[in-house]
Amino acid sequence: MTDPLPVRGPFEGELDRLQRLLLEMAGRAEELVRMAMEGLAARDREMTRRVRKADDRIDELEVEMDERVLELLALRHPMAGDLRLVFFALKASNDIERVGDHAVNIAKSSRRLTRHPPLPDILEIGEIGGQVRKMLGDALDAMVTRDVEKARSVIAHDQRVDDLRRSAFRIIVSYMLEQPRYISPGLEMILVVQNLERVGDLATNIAEDVVFLVEGRSIKHMGASA
Amino acid sequence: MSDSSSERAAVPVLAAEDLTVRFGRRTALANVAIAVPRGRVVSVIGPSGGGKTTLLRAFNRLNELTPGVATTGTVRFNGVDLHGDEVDPVEVRRRIGMVFQQATLFPRSIFDNVAFGPRAGGYGGDLLELVEEVLDAVGLWSEVAEDPDRPAMQLSAGQQQRLCIARTLALRPEVLLLDEPTSALDPAATARIESLIHALRGDYTIVLATHGRRQAARLSDFTAYLAGGELIEYGPTEALFTNPRDRRTESYLTGRIA
Repeated sequence: MTDPLPVRGPFEGELDRLQRLLLEMAGRAEELVRMAMEGLAARDREMTRRVRKADDRIDELEVEMDERVLELLALRHPMAGDLRLVFFALKASNDIERVGDHAVNIAKSSRRLTRHPPLPDILEIGEIGGQVRKMLGDALDAMVTRDVEKARSVIAHDQRVDDLRRSAFRIIVSYMLEQPRYISPGLEMILVVQNLERVGDLATNIAEDVVFLVEGRSIKHMGASA
Repeated sequence: MSDSSSERAAVPVLAAEDLTVRFGRRTALANVAIAVPRGRVVSVIGPSGGGKTTLLRAFNRLNELTPGVATTGTVRFNGVDLHGDEVDPVEVRRRIGMVFQQATLFPRSIFDNVAFGPRAGGYGGDLLELVEEVLDAVGLWSEVAEDPDRPAMQLSAGQQQRLCIARTLALRPEVLLLDEPTSALDPAATARIESLIHALRGDYTIVLATHGRRQAARLSDFTAYLAGGELIEYGPTEALFTNPRDRRTESYLTGRIA
């Protein structure tokens, strides 16, 4: 049988719009994490306001996504690959929205950190920030290009983030033990690390959902066997 | 051979192997292999002219009534070759009943339409009881109980179709072949037939040919996709509709048919 001509589905335009919406949300979430990390490094009190404002926009986009998905399900009854795309968009937009929330939490922590003496530099924290931003970016690239290998590499990265978090915690705790004045900023920094780690987890979720989108099977909770 | 119920359950009610049906030079079905499990609903979907009706008609030997038909391969019913010498086609059509797209009623009373088959078959029980039972099974008894002797043609299209199903049930079939049973009905009547199919599953094995992809998704345990006389894909309905294995099934389900 010869290959049929590529045919556009009856609501391909609507599916495209769903993807574009998701990409816009994702791009903004990535930027938010970058801003929050910059604010943290620069002890910039103003950053919190800007991060919050940018997060409001992501929240609006999430609401728009919910509406569009509901509409598509109600009116179009997508099936097979189209159904998986709609399902993916809904889940991923929820994850992306939460990335935004974590960025806001980081910004709030960094604002509170400015009231305390700065902790000595902890290289691991910057590295976690870089790692989770890369994971987020790669998960979204994998979505656009339907690249399952790339999605799997994101999932593999999550272990590295966990390792970095453990080292960062050890270092922070050792500062807190040495100097009581580091206790408050130390606690705050632990929150920052925890929020970053959650961003990594959410990027992993998105990557797992990309595999589902492409292959139609869930690889969640399968560990290394996936 | 033992007749234990577990062994019986393991044998598909209907199984086609290498089934090819030609009408003159046109091939309507090509090398189809499909097994229909007992007590389940199997949907057959696919474009018009894809072979859905021919497959249903092959399951109760209706194709052979069409001049110029040539059938090769086998169809087994409870493990027995339907085309075996000792098999009586009339008995086949009693045990494997069929309902068509358009209600095909006799211009007689509601009662007579149901009673006709059992009477012809020399039914020995209480005919009135049987008619009431099967009309009740299709949800029609409460609607016609006051006057079951009125002409069947006075019923609405949806009621007529349910009457056709009742008439088939009156023959105590094992399998119901439903060929587009709702395509001539409005949404409310369609919903009634769909609930009926849902209620009959288990007691009967049902093979449903339908244009309605969503109807297949709603009703069936297994779905077969037939196109160009070829069985492209057959599997559990939830798998077929969320993650079809064949690209052609994907194209059909998502409306990307060239």
